[in-house]
Amino acid sequence: MRVHQLSVFLENRSGRLTEVTEALGLAGINITAQCVADSSDYGVLRMVVSDPGRAETLLKARGLSVTLTDVVCLETPNVPGSLHRALALLSTAGVSVDYMYAFAAGDKAFVLVRTGDIERTISVLIAGKQKLLGDHELGMNYGVRVASSEK
Amino acid sequence: MTRDELVACQSRRLCDLVQRVYHSVPFYRDKMQRLGITPEDIRSIEDLTILPFTTKTDLRDNYPFGLFGVPLDQIVRLHASSGTTGRPTVVGYTRRDIGIWSEVIARSLASAGATSKDLIQVAYGYGLFTGGLGLHYGAEKLGATVIPISGGNSKRQVHIMRDFGTTVLACTPSYALHLAEAISEEHIDRTALKLRVGVFGAEPWTDGMRREIEQRLGLAAIDIYGLSEVMGPGVACECCARCGLHIQEDHFLPEIVNSETLKSQDITRRGELVFTTLTKEGLPLLRYRTRDLTTLDVSSCPCGRSTVRMAKCLARSDDMLIIRGVNVFPSQIESVIMNLAGVAPHYLIEVSREHNLDVLSLLVEVDERLFADTVGHLESWTISVRKELESALGVSIRVRLVEPKTIERSEGKAKRVIDRRNMQ
Repeated sequence: MRVHQLSVFLENRSGRLTEVTEALGLAGINITAQCVADSSDYGVLRMVVSDPGRAETLLKARGLSVTLTDVVCLETPNVPGSLHRALALLSTAGVSVDYMYAFAAGDKAFVLVRTGDIERTISVLIAGKQKLLGDHELGMNYGVRVASSEK
Repeated sequence: MTRDELVACQSRRLCDLVQRVYHSVPFYRDKMQRLGITPEDIRSIEDLTILPFTTKTDLRDNYPFGLFGVPLDQIVRLHASSGTTGRPTVVGYTRRDIGIWSEVIARSLASAGATSKDLIQVAYGYGLFTGGLGLHYGAEKLGATVIPISGGNSKRQVHIMRDFGTTVLACTPSYALHLAEAISEEHIDRTALKLRVGVFGAEPWTDGMRREIEQRLGLAAIDIYGLSEVMGPGVACECCARCGLHIQEDHFLPEIVNSETLKSQDITRRGELVFTTLTKEGLPLLRYRTRDLTTLDVSSCPCGRSTVRMAKCLARSDDMLIIRGVNVFPSQIESVIMNLAGVAPHYLIEVSREHNLDVLSLLVEVDERLFADTVGHLESWTISVRKELESALGVSIRVRLVEPKTIERSEGKAKRVIDRRNMQ
C-alpha cells in the first residue's frame, strides 16, 4: 500500500523545474502527482511518476540530488468532511503528518501523505475503512529498488 | 633621533630582548639551542637574521600562556583573537606593556592630527579584541575625551556623534561607511557634525574606499595598522602626509622577507612583514611572521618623523580572510562542516560586500548524503551549520544550499574561496 515518491532538490532559479519535466517527458515517464515545497533559496520537488526507478536513475544522471520516499495515497469521496474523517483517524492514533498534497476532481479526491510512521499510517487508515492506493493501483511500474532512503 | 641613534637604541634593545627570552621562554631557548646560538651571538640588529622566526602556529601550539615572558601574576591584561579550529591566539601584557601600547597609540593619534582637545569616539569592539581597549587607553593618554561606545547600534552611534560633537572617529573602515549610511537614514545633516579625523584599521581598505569615506563623512581618513601578537593597533600609523604608515620602530623592529625562502630581501620590493618586539615583556616575540605583504621606505617624510614607513597592506601570504575586522581561516569552516555532516560536501566560501559591510556566505552542494525529503530537515541542518560556524568564527555567516555539481571543480588545490570585494 505504499507509494514510492521521488523528491528532487532544486535551487530557486529559473529553468530548474522545466529541466526535470523535460527529462521525464523525453523518457516517456508520466507524472501522476507533483508538488513543490519552497523555501527562499531552494525547493524540494516531490513527484509520483509512472516509473520511479527509471526516473531516479535518469535524474541522477543529470546531476540532480534525488531521493525516494514512502508515502501513502488515500482515495476519498469528493464531499465535505471526508478528508477530515481520514485525518482524524491519524490524529487520534498519534501519527504525525510531515506533509500532504491533494487534488479532487469528479466524485473522487486523492491525497498523498508523508507521515512519521508509514506502517502505522497504513494500518490505522485501513482499520478505519479508508481506501489506499499503492504503486500498482496508480499504474506505476516499480521494480528497481526495494527500500526507500528514509532520513 | 637620528637614524644612527635609532639603530643604536634598537640594537641595545634587541640584545636585551634576546637575553630575556633565552632565559624566560623555554620555546625560544630550545629553538636557539638547536640552532647553536646563544644571546652573546647577538651584538646588534645586523645579527637579527641569525634568530629563528615565530609563527601563529607557534602561538597556537603554546596556547594559552606558553610563550609568555613573565609569570602570570605580572600579566595585567589578556586579549585574544580568533584562531584556526577553535583555538584563539592569546596575548598578554604587563603594566609596562600597557604603558608602551598607550604611548604608540597616542603617537598614532597625534600623527593623524588628533590632540587632547578632541572628542574621540572609539567604535572598535571592546573586549578580547585589541581594537577597542587599545584605542581607548591611547586616546586617554593623549588627553582627549574618550567615548567608549564600542561597535554596533549604528543609530545610537550617530546620535551620539551629533549630540556629543565627536571630532575623531576610530573604527573599521567598513563600519565607517555603515555609519555614513546611518547618518543619512537618521536624516542627520552631515555638515552639522564636527567630525575632523578618522583612524581606521583592522582590515585592508583601498584608496578608493578612503575617498568614499572622506567624501561621505567629511573627515580625513587615516590608516592605522597593528596585530595583537605584536601589540595591537598602533604598530604603525599614517601621518597627514599620507605617504605610508610610520612604524613605531623603537618598539617594533620591522623586516621584509620572502614568504617562500624566508630570506631577507630588498625592502622596496613587496614581501612579508616580520616584527621583533624590542620592548615587550608579556609576550616578547622574535621575528614574528605577520603574513601581511608590504614594502618599506626610509626616505624622509614631509611630516618630519624619521621612522620607517610601510605601504598600505592589501594582500596576505596565507589564505586568511578578514571579515568586518575579524580573522577567518577557510580551514576553520572546513572542519566545522566535516564535524557536522560527517562528510566532506563540496562547498564554496564567498565574501562579498553589501551596504559597505562584508558578507560571508557558505555555499554547500546538496548531494545524496545531505539531501532530505522534508524542507524542515534541510532547514535545521542549515541552521545548525550556521550556528556552529558563527560560534567557531565569531562572525555571522549565511549558509546556502545549492544543487550538486554547481560548484566549480578543479584539478589540484580546490579553489575554496571567492572574494568578490574589490581589494586591489
